[in-house]
Amino acid sequence: MAATDVDVFSNEEKRNLSLGGHVGFDSLPDQLVSKSVTQGFCFNILCVGETGIGKSTLMNTLFNTMFENEEASHYQNGVYLRPRTYDLQESNVHLKLTIVDTVGFGDQINKEDSYKPIVDYIDTQFENYLQEELKIKRSLFNYHDTRIHICLYFIAPTGHSLKSLDLVTMKKLDSKVNIIPIIAKADTISKSELHKFKIKIMSELVSNGVQIYQFPTDDETVSEINASMNAHLPFAVVGSVEEVKVGNKTVRARQYPWGVVQVENESHCDFVKLREMLIRVNMEDLREQTHARHYELYRRCKLEEMGFKDTDPDSQPFSLQETYEAKRKEFLGDLQRKEEEMRQMFVNKVKETEAELKEKERELHDKFEQLKRMHQEEKRKVEEKRRDLEEEMNAFNRKKVAAETLSLSQPLKKDKDKKKSVRTENQSGVSASSSKVMMAKANVEPLNCQSWWQAIQCCTCLVHSAAWKPGGTF
Amino acid sequence: MVAGESGMGKSTLVNSLFLTDLYKDRKLLNAEERINQTVEIIKHTVDIEEKGVKLKLTIVDTPGFGDAVNNNECWKPITDYIDQQFEQYFRDESGLNRKNIQDNRVHCCLYFIPPFGHGLRPVDVEFMKALHEKVNIIPLIAKADCLTPNEIKKLKDRIRDEIEKFGIKVYQFPECDSDEDEEFKQLDKELKECTPFAVIGSNTVVEARGQRVRGRLYPWGIVEVENQSHCDFVKLRNMLIRSHMHDLKDVTCDVHYENYRAQCIQEMTSKLAQDNRMESPIPILPLSTPDVETEKLIKMKDEELKRMQEMLNKMQQQMHDKEQ
Repeated sequence: MAATDVDVFSNEEKRNLSLGGHVGFDSLPDQLVSKSVTQGFCFNILCVGETGIGKSTLMNTLFNTMFENEEASHYQNGVYLRPRTYDLQESNVHLKLTIVDTVGFGDQINKEDSYKPIVDYIDTQFENYLQEELKIKRSLFNYHDTRIHICLYFIAPTGHSLKSLDLVTMKKLDSKVNIIPIIAKADTISKSELHKFKIKIMSELVSNGVQIYQFPTDDETVSEINASMNAHLPFAVVGSVEEVKVGNKTVRARQYPWGVVQVENESHCDFVKLREMLIRVNMEDLREQTHARHYELYRRCKLEEMGFKDTDPDSQPFSLQETYEAKRKEFLGDLQRKEEEMRQMFVNKVKETEAELKEKERELHDKFEQLKRMHQEEKRKVEEKRRDLEEEMNAFNRKKVAAETLSLSQPLKKDKDKKKSVRTENQSGVSASSSKVMMAKANVEPLNCQSWWQAIQCCTCLVHSAAWKPGGTF
Repeated sequence: MVAGESGMGKSTLVNSLFLTDLYKDRKLLNAEERINQTVEIIKHTVDIEEKGVKLKLTIVDTPGFGDAVNNNECWKPITDYIDQQFEQYFRDESGLNRKNIQDNRVHCCLYFIPPFGHGLRPVDVEFMKALHEKVNIIPLIAKADCLTPNEIKKLKDRIRDEIEKFGIKVYQFPECDSDEDEEFKQLDKELKECTPFAVIGSNTVVEARGQRVRGRLYPWGIVEVENQSHCDFVKLRNMLIRSHMHDLKDVTCDVHYENYRAQCIQEMTSKLAQDNRMESPIPILPLSTPDVETEKLIKMKDEELKRMQEMLNKMQQQMHDKEQ
């Protein structure tokens, strides 16, 4: 059929008709019941409260069985959640019960982050369900729903008011899960104190805008009882798994030296009310609320975050596919842009470092040149000095020589005189001496001297070294 | 001094102990206001008299302890207060006119442990560790009417073990002399085995078994405060007021105050030594400043090392010779 035809049909009014005979579709609820029974039910409870306040005991009492639980220690570093799943059966109805315990809640010295693990856990369960819903091939039919249907918040029976931690935590949880506050260990508060305590708690919750779960009053069958129960919130409960003999019955109770507190006695505590409300009357409503209100809220926020909208600015309904495509393109475009940016940055950085390196190189080079020049300067200076020194040495040497020659020439002059006197003295034997002299002279090289004085001066050294031969007769 | 979280019954217990009403016009805070609350110190002083004996009683209350969401160091105002009292006494003692010294030191601290848990919580441990060297701590289990006798016993054992494990020095009852009579010794033994006391407080009078007693009225029975099988209130009262009051004062004077005093003087001299860079002028103190000490130690160790080295060398030499 064409799309236009369907539109035409839906505009027709629905008409009420009366049946002529028994058709049989009044068995629809029965079919539903049998179907649900075969499918089984699923219920998830979250217990939030300080260590040792009686969460495990209350669970044991509520479901009349012993879930295996060890005592938790007070010295955990942080809060962590411990979910346990059990399969229970009553008549032919199967119940998959998950109890989530908060371990370490309220034990730390700094409790500012205590609520975070709880909120994260709840969100994770919603997220898992959302993922399952958005899958292409999904099986919601068989899906094990782990979303928390109810949170039982255990309040310590101080008798004054809520603790600051309680207030902060409940405020964070009230938009995510159905909260029912209960007063734990209520056998420590007397009746009058209890009344005042309850009023105080409710007024504090109201004045701080905490939305706790209100039992529904729109269905006539249960509206009356629910309305009256609403007035009894928060329930003051006592839990016990021990059996005590009272009168001629054995009931679950706590035995004290001064009396016996019976768990199922309405005048002792509100346990029976809690059980009625939680399990017998409103379990289904709790599941509904979780799905219809809390989960839808989460889903809406999450999808809006991702950018989906129900309607266009032009009020045309969007199709999911188109939105997907648009988102994808946007995302890819973003990625590319980021890549470009990063590349640019990288290139810029490289350039910068290169420039720096070049600068440094130049500087080094300059320094080297400078040092070299200095070195050469120094060398030159040293050379000069050396030359000066050499000159001085030469000058000194010459002077020395001059001085020596001067000193030698003086004694030779005396020699000459001596020789003359020898000649004159030894005229007779002069021939010998003169021959000696002659001999000495003969050894002398011919000189180009004008006068005999000059000749003598020039050959002073040579005469010194001449050997005097005994001049004999020629 | 009474310390513990809000709603533990501290005020009720104090009223029951001294049969007065100290907290007539008290204003309790809402949860919202308590998110960031700091600890205050409030003193109530009363003069009570019984058969001619006068007692000046001061109750130091600590509202706000453990109430905020972030309780880091929430015991600091309390330790500061105790130190202040010690300091004031120290100053008075060293002063010239010592006739009228007012003793404001805290003689005893009643710490209320909540009965809802499985033992001590981290904040309890930290608090007691911060205070156990400054004041006599007496731990109590508050609101004991939520525990059956079995549970009380388990919890007491648990707490005693944890106190030992963490090394917390709570107030110990003094050993009784061997020449006391048997009955007294028996009582004393019972007292010691009963710590920490599990108490219930009440100032309202109810009718039980034909008598008018102080107690709490429940639909399932009446808890009598002064009934020994119901709670340890009577033991606590006897211990605190009738038999051990003087001992508490003595321990405070002899142990905690002296510790404080020694510490104070040591700090003063070490500061002096550091300022003047010379040896401590007060020769009485055997302890030198930590720096000088460590230096000495280092020197000693060096010498030892040297000696060892020499010995080693000698031995090696000997071995070498022997081989050859």
